[in-house]
Amino acid sequence: MVTVRERAAAVAAAVRDPEMPMLTLADLGILRDVRVEGDVVVASITPTYSGCPAMATMRDDLVHRLTDAGFARVEVRVVLDPAWSSDWITETGRAALRAAGLSPPGPANRPAGPVPLTLGPARRALTCPRCGSARTERVSEFGSTACKALYRCADCLEPFDHVKEL
Amino acid sequence: MNDDSVYDGLLGGDSSQWAFGTDFEDPLAGVDTTVPAGIDGAELAVYCLMLGDDTLVLSQRLAEWCSRAPELEEDIALANFALDLLGQARLLLARAAAADPSIVPPLPEGSPVPAEDALAFFRDAGRFRNVRLAEVPNGDFAHVVVRLLLFSIARLAILQELRGSGDAVLAAVAAKGVKELTYHRDWAGRWFVTLARGTAESRRRLLAALEQLWPLRAELTATHPVERSLAAAGVGVDPATIAAETEVVLDQVLAVAEVDRPQRAPLAGVGGRAGRDGLHTEALSRMLAEMQVVARAHPCGRW
Repeated sequence: MVTVRERAAAVAAAVRDPEMPMLTLADLGILRDVRVEGDVVVASITPTYSGCPAMATMRDDLVHRLTDAGFARVEVRVVLDPAWSSDWITETGRAALRAAGLSPPGPANRPAGPVPLTLGPARRALTCPRCGSARTERVSEFGSTACKALYRCADCLEPFDHVKEL
Repeated sequence: MNDDSVYDGLLGGDSSQWAFGTDFEDPLAGVDTTVPAGIDGAELAVYCLMLGDDTLVLSQRLAEWCSRAPELEEDIALANFALDLLGQARLLLARAAAADPSIVPPLPEGSPVPAEDALAFFRDAGRFRNVRLAEVPNGDFAHVVVRLLLFSIARLAILQELRGSGDAVLAAVAAKGVKELTYHRDWAGRWFVTLARGTAESRRRLLAALEQLWPLRAELTATHPVERSLAAAGVGVDPATIAAETEVVLDQVLAVAEVDRPQRAPLAGVGGRAGRDGLHTEALSRMLAEMQVVARAHPCGRW
């Protein structure tokens, strides 16, 4: 038997990210918890970046979807700790990014001790999400949203977004 | 289909999929903002304003670059940094207001403006606690590179320590901020070296910007009594303790760039007061006048 919590969690998990709609909030790893407190469904989300402008939309979308699913009282809370990492994007999410022509992030670099200064450009060995070629070049480290860099494939010549490691 | 809505055809009538939330939202909704035991809430609020005003004011200066950078890629980079710093400012100002609600400027009855916005848009310059490096007017591209390098070296060092803060909110803001300041600092360091070793003109401009901003650097590692007190309580970081680390990182950049340290003395305060005490250059008032004018004209506005 499906509990109320499980049903609410399934609805919340299926809500899509407003900036990368091929991903659900669960795929993106920002949905941290869904619980039922009395007659209130409490969903907890964490921002990807400090200034992520999509937080308000995600909150509104969660409230709308859960309300539509019959949960009368919904509360969305922010969780700041631990900070989001691109490592939390699920395998399903990575596959969805590739299918949509985006390059998923590699493992995030988390150095122990003081953060080293890097004066060389960020280098990533990426494959083109469209043709699979490894001959890719970076166009811009900063892209259409805070979480993406812009690349180009030297074989099929298509530009593509890479979701950055954080 | 509603012909009055341009999004109708695009979104099948579900406009909630399009517009970013238009209501005010609390960036600390559901976060436990209890002041840690033994900590003075008023002191904690001032400390959060110091850190938050730095990022708010610098974010505004970086945002002024929007559409004006020499290349589109760098324009986007600067806007990206401005957004990160604004996000950090929102969390810090909201944390300040939660620690001491009495610091929030009063607004007319019925105003929907949340505390963080009241602090950002309804305080005069004399109540801002940012270092003066954050507020001086923009110059050329070398100027923004140098400003961001000096700021991000110091801020990254502070945030690394602040991750262990006894205040859980500050610790979490710091942990996230470390990731962001890491690429701000790398970007500024790379451009510093590129300009220094580029053409004679790019090097001349870089050295001029460094010379101009150098006197503002000392304030980044000067200790205010509130910082000393909260550092002793395990909640804040005394910036003097990260001074040596900032010198090491800066020397790395200067060595690769083949640039000598300027010899200029720090910008003096007035009667011992500086940015952290609310003493600012006149540039801050002008910047705030533009930044705050719409919010102040419509204190009960809904957007």
